[in-house]
Amino acid sequence: MYKAARRLGLVFFPAFDWAISPTHPEREERLLYTLDQVLEEGILDIDGIYEYRPRLATVADVERVHVCVPDVMSRITESHLIAAGGAIVAAEAVLKGEVDKAFAVVRPPGHHAMRIVHGARGFCNINIEAIMIEYIRRNYGKKRIAIVDTDCHHGDGSQDIYWHDPDTLYISIHQDGRTLYPGSGFLNEFGGPNAYGYNLNLPLPPETGEEGFLYALEHFILPVLADFKPDLVINSAGQDNHYTDPITNMRFSAQGYARLNDRLQPDIAVLEGGYSIEGALPYVNVGIILALAGLDYAGVREPDYSPAKVSQSPRVGDYIARLCEETYRAWQQRDALRVEFVRDKKEISRRRQIYYDTEGLMETQEETTLVCDACGGLTWIDSRTDLGSHVLAIFISRDACPRCREEGHALFDRVSSKSYRDGIFLQDRVADRLFKK
Amino acid sequence: MFVGLDMGGTHTDAVLVDQGRILRHYKTVTDQADYTGTVTRALEAVLNGINLAAIKRLNLSTTICTNAIVTGRTSPVGLLLEPGPGLNPAILACGQKNFILSGSIDHRGRPTSSLVEAEIKKADKELRQAGIRHLAIAGKFSTRNPEHELAIKEALSPSYEFITLGHRLSGRLNFPRRVFTAYLNSAVAATYSSFAAAIKSFTAQKELPAVPYILKADGGTLSLEASLAQPVETILSGPAASIMGALALVPVQQDAIILDIGGTTTDIAFLAGGVPLFEPQGISIAGFPTLVRALYSHSLGLGGDSCLEVKDGRLTIGPERRGPARALGGPAVTPTDALITLGRLDLGDRAAARRGIAKLGDELGLTTERTASAILKQMAGEIACHCHALLAQINSRPVYTVREVLEEKQLKPAQVIAIGAPAPLLAAELDEAFSLPVVVPHLAGVANAVGAALSRPTTELTLLADTGQGLLTVPEEGIREKVPAGYTLEQAKKRALELLRARFLRLTPEAGDAGLEVVEEQSFNMVSGFYTTGKNIRVKVQVKPRVTPLKGDGGHV
Repeated sequence: MYKAARRLGLVFFPAFDWAISPTHPEREERLLYTLDQVLEEGILDIDGIYEYRPRLATVADVERVHVCVPDVMSRITESHLIAAGGAIVAAEAVLKGEVDKAFAVVRPPGHHAMRIVHGARGFCNINIEAIMIEYIRRNYGKKRIAIVDTDCHHGDGSQDIYWHDPDTLYISIHQDGRTLYPGSGFLNEFGGPNAYGYNLNLPLPPETGEEGFLYALEHFILPVLADFKPDLVINSAGQDNHYTDPITNMRFSAQGYARLNDRLQPDIAVLEGGYSIEGALPYVNVGIILALAGLDYAGVREPDYSPAKVSQSPRVGDYIARLCEETYRAWQQRDALRVEFVRDKKEISRRRQIYYDTEGLMETQEETTLVCDACGGLTWIDSRTDLGSHVLAIFISRDACPRCREEGHALFDRVSSKSYRDGIFLQDRVADRLFKK
Repeated sequence: MFVGLDMGGTHTDAVLVDQGRILRHYKTVTDQADYTGTVTRALEAVLNGINLAAIKRLNLSTTICTNAIVTGRTSPVGLLLEPGPGLNPAILACGQKNFILSGSIDHRGRPTSSLVEAEIKKADKELRQAGIRHLAIAGKFSTRNPEHELAIKEALSPSYEFITLGHRLSGRLNFPRRVFTAYLNSAVAATYSSFAAAIKSFTAQKELPAVPYILKADGGTLSLEASLAQPVETILSGPAASIMGALALVPVQQDAIILDIGGTTTDIAFLAGGVPLFEPQGISIAGFPTLVRALYSHSLGLGGDSCLEVKDGRLTIGPERRGPARALGGPAVTPTDALITLGRLDLGDRAAARRGIAKLGDELGLTTERTASAILKQMAGEIACHCHALLAQINSRPVYTVREVLEEKQLKPAQVIAIGAPAPLLAAELDEAFSLPVVVPHLAGVANAVGAALSRPTTELTLLADTGQGLLTVPEEGIREKVPAGYTLEQAKKRALELLRARFLRLTPEAGDAGLEVVEEQSFNMVSGFYTTGKNIRVKVQVKPRVTPLKGDGGHV
């Protein structure tokens, strides 16, 4: 029988009894054919491939990452906790050494969920990778972690969560935000003042083909990872770059995804988006599984595949080459660019609007960060929505220096809760606690 | 009166059950060179002097196919595969001649590329030239749409003796298992058919009124006639016979552990609410994972004849069996010798058993009696430890719905049923090791044959309705028919049960009350763009394994 060259843990959670709504892309049917394909290929019989049962993540696991308004359970369903818990189970299998790699094929996804959660954005309520990563750090020690987000949509939630974290390198390749939800993900989104350069976006033009994706991998992602030297590489394995995806405009294939994973060799992959549930997901997921397990994936092909469907124009190729060069150069110069960005400022603020498409909600944030050379610093966000919700959220980073931590608590004590209708939150990651008043 | 026979690797047991009581039982050594002779000898013994007109049931559990597979004495098979895109199929080429054909069917049963007639004709020619008479045809997703498998068969010359079509074997999705199961089915067909002919002529000659039934690994039976098309169903029925026997001797409604303690191994099985647990996919044999439905049974290398050793000051039991007990002139000291030493068993040369145990005692620094007790305690402890590990595995099987994750349904055995010859002698140690009540039924030594006698027919069916395509498929019956757009899950369940009833009557003419049940039902909205295009309905129905109850404790001989 087949034998995997690398031991692979799999967590399937197709949530056959959960949907956003009956005809929504995030519905019961989404992973039905993927699971059919995996079962029919006999993948679960392969020596060295192990299936794990998902479990519920806890509210504390969620609060380690998010400030949910007014609280966690009013913003999510059990399905979200199981998707996050499934990712945690996958990660633990790797960290305990039971397997070499793991892949969590779970839903609903999470990479659009930011630090503050007023509702669902881009089908995401809570960020399952971030919850998994912080669980890993809490239980298995501090780790230098790289997230490579290959979903077609910019993972603005993951970017937001790790904006101030120099230990978490977030790299996203996605369809250019000028042509696709959520509209962000450009080179100038380079990280906060204490993690400047640790947020890297590569906005690929529409109609990028297989060649373009693999070029970006070889000439941008892999060189950056070689410099960063992460302890763990996480792939946010969105599958909507596929040429059959109904809501995007790219030209990637199951072979391409398999080859990408074969070269990238992430320690843990977590499914994100991907809504071509019949034409893409069954083949892409099988391709990724085989590539991670070190099995022959050459025969994995969509029934309607042809080289023309994944080809790209020379103009697209040239554009991607320039983009990779420019972004890689920025990464190499990140320290110098930080000095220029920070100058001698003590704190840096930004104001932005965040749209919750699933709920039709607009949030306005004013975010301030203390500049700190010793840690990820202290950040506080004044957040209000057009439905009248208003909170102050204070974030003390995981490795906060004593000064930043003290200032965070002082701010929490000082500000009157009368000024904020829905309360003041303090996420103290050093103490691993969320305070609210 | 019912007759049950279980042919094991070493022994063959037969029982005669009359009005819920065990009237006779007979044990003989299995003659590896003459299976038919072994069966007829055992049957003659239990039927001798009995009014044969009163025999209502004759159930046989046979190792004929198991043994043919394990020893490789099978017919050469030509394998025609339609793997389509996916895993490299080279590893599945287990036939004497293998052909990888073009063509593919996708997960919804839609043909996505065509068969190439010339390839099939070429294969046909090569197979005929090679003199291969037995074929197996298996396609990926053929259970979702059997038309390609059927077309391949159509395109071949009609001269082959036996052809297995993959979709007929099971509705479950698993292409590699489908290939292996189809291969094995064809590989044992000839051997099995001559065995069946011998049994038929025996019953004809005796003018037995009962039609012979054959035991399957799922704890159910199948008429001899029907089993000719699917001989692979008869493999590894022995553990199932024992499990069903335990269930007949000790009817339970709760979760329970069943232990069949033999000479070489202890087989572990579980009951969930009194119903035996199945292998999730199917049973494996000689390195081939198959789709043959089977009761869950885990074999542990620990039995009455396991060899005892002291390594680094610690006692080890098994997994090896080097021969019979020291008391019977065997090469190694065994738990059986410990039982003899403690006076629980009167067998062979007691002094030899005692000397063996005493020697181990010297190495362990214990008295002879203490050593014997420690051996039995450790044996029971190791069995219990393995049971707990298996339970942990079973209880962490993946689930795919929010409801099941929240329910966290767990198997929690409330008692242990122990059968097999050493079982009654180990009851006290087992009781202590499990901290659960241990029941050792009377006649625990022939539970296998009792199980064979009392098992009843089983069968299952899988129905898939795709209202988007307007099609309904039942692979095991080779049915593919049209359904209207508004077809519902309720209608699908009704249709599945109708078809199951018809199949059941065909496979097992005198089965009577069947107890049909729906075991799985799912209905998914299929959406394209933002419009619902149909429903994907999946139903699984079965006749579950059951036993005819015994009267009283069954222990009347």
